[in-house]
Amino acid sequence: MKKIIIAIFVVIFLPIKSYSLIEVDITRGNLNPLPIAVSAMSIDENSRESFEKILKKKNIGSEISSVVENNLKTSGLFNPLNKDAFLQAPDIANVKPRFEDWNLIKAQALITGKVSFADDKLRVEFRLWDVLAGKEMMALAFTTVPNNWRRVGHIISDKVYERLTGEKGYFDTRIIYVAEDGPKTKRIKKLAIMDQDGANNKFLTLGNELVLTPRFNPTNQMVTYLSYFKNLPRVYLLDIETGMQEVVGDFPGMTFAPRFSPNGKKIIMSFAKDGRSDIYTMDLENRIVEKITNHPSIDTSPSYSPDGKYICFNSDRSGYQQIYTMKSDGSNIKRISFGKGIYGTPVWSPRGDLIAFTKLHKGKFYIGVMRTDGSGERLLTENFYQEAPSWSPNGRVLIFYRETKTDEKGDGFSAKLWSIDLTGYNERMVKTPADGSDPSWSSLLTN
Amino acid sequence: MKLNKILKNTFLVMVACFVLSACATSKKTGQLQSDVYTGKDTVEYLASGVPDRVFFATNESVLTTASRETLRKQAAWLRKNSKITIVLEGHADERGTREYNLALGERRANSAKDYLMTYGISSDRISVLSYGKERPVDSGSNPLSWSKNRRSVTVKAN
Repeated sequence: MKKIIIAIFVVIFLPIKSYSLIEVDITRGNLNPLPIAVSAMSIDENSRESFEKILKKKNIGSEISSVVENNLKTSGLFNPLNKDAFLQAPDIANVKPRFEDWNLIKAQALITGKVSFADDKLRVEFRLWDVLAGKEMMALAFTTVPNNWRRVGHIISDKVYERLTGEKGYFDTRIIYVAEDGPKTKRIKKLAIMDQDGANNKFLTLGNELVLTPRFNPTNQMVTYLSYFKNLPRVYLLDIETGMQEVVGDFPGMTFAPRFSPNGKKIIMSFAKDGRSDIYTMDLENRIVEKITNHPSIDTSPSYSPDGKYICFNSDRSGYQQIYTMKSDGSNIKRISFGKGIYGTPVWSPRGDLIAFTKLHKGKFYIGVMRTDGSGERLLTENFYQEAPSWSPNGRVLIFYRETKTDEKGDGFSAKLWSIDLTGYNERMVKTPADGSDPSWSSLLTN
Repeated sequence: MKLNKILKNTFLVMVACFVLSACATSKKTGQLQSDVYTGKDTVEYLASGVPDRVFFATNESVLTTASRETLRKQAAWLRKNSKITIVLEGHADERGTREYNLALGERRANSAKDYLMTYGISSDRISVLSYGKERPVDSGSNPLSWSKNRRSVTVKAN
């Protein structure tokens, strides 16, 4: 996807300041998703024809509203109503909705909009209406290149989500993951990237060598990951735009489990030698390498706190895999996991308040969260095999992966991406073209 | 007298049961002993009488007596063939997190390497490569399959 900057004009049609009867509480399990009507975006015939020629889509107005509708639905917080029941046409609704009509079908909120083709660009206006109060809550317009039409849908979704929940959304994001194929004993793995809703899936490597555990940098333009190129497992950097790859540092042994520091200037990773693994950082600019942990145990899966001051990591120095925190210079190491079982893959929430992890206990795998001092441990989901949670940028959703048990013949293996809300609700599979594992969520593409 | 006969018969039946069940269990334990694979199904040979791999218990990198015996044979073969260099490939089973398993595979391979070195094989001849849980030799999802995957395999490099 090209780095095109989307121009956002905040166009105020009516005073934005309005109290609202609608509010969505995302901190509790939501058993009553908010009924919302997402009208197709209206579009004049000339514009519709132009976009059909350029994008090969019959009605880009409906396509964009479908993106919005799908996002709101999969969040589990909204219940987009069936369009067949809508009484008002998209173009009229966008100008002057008859709130009685929308009330009739029990919609509490309404999204309308208009799409037009001007100066070779895509222009989208959208409005969010509070049906109960009979007022407009929000009105925005966007102008961008036609190929970015899906991103417009995601940005609208984020604006609506934020307005109704008070929290930033997570729809204008991408997922980087490992696409998998082939028999379990000889899996072919490729780096893949896709929009958070599964669209625009693209492979970044060819599958000639094993690739594992990719992570975005803060600007989502680079990826760090583990590659077995030439049978030498090492941490690499990949530029998403150019496809250029380079090995990170010059280590005389396996480096793995790489992540970027919150300011993107360093890579933190593990280095294994002589049976022990320690955590190291390397500054990408001056290439200076710093050793952060120094213990004969296995120290791995490091994760920075969002302010960069702390690191949580996985260590077996107590005998089994547990979670520890330390200051980013390696001092003040504290164990924080004390429950029954083995803990791994700690990831610090972008909100700074929680650490998500994988737990193995009595043969079952769990995805859970705990506070950064280890208290308040909460297990969200249990399975035969699952691991490696990654946070959405608003710290409300976790994506992870699951593998299935094979039968007596050793068949039936699959790996799929799944997501679950922090509340423990809304567990759902994230569709990928083939199998997938090691997912990692980008930050919001719009900053 | 009748009671004696009944007791005697019961005793004989019990003995028979024990003998039979002992046969059954020794078949099971022939494959897995203290969580370490002891079978030969997946083992290949570097040379006649020199098995290419050693196995480990869950989460462990400790060498069993059988493992040390295998490695002594490998060391003897390597001393006789002094030009050969090897790669020790360390593996883990699927019942663990991916990154930790990469480290565990490396630790297992190094266990084998250290032992070979005590028998005079120079470290220049040995390199270590971990595959974590990425290259299982058995795709089953059961304790026996998993035990076959917890291994360090010696591979000729030249």
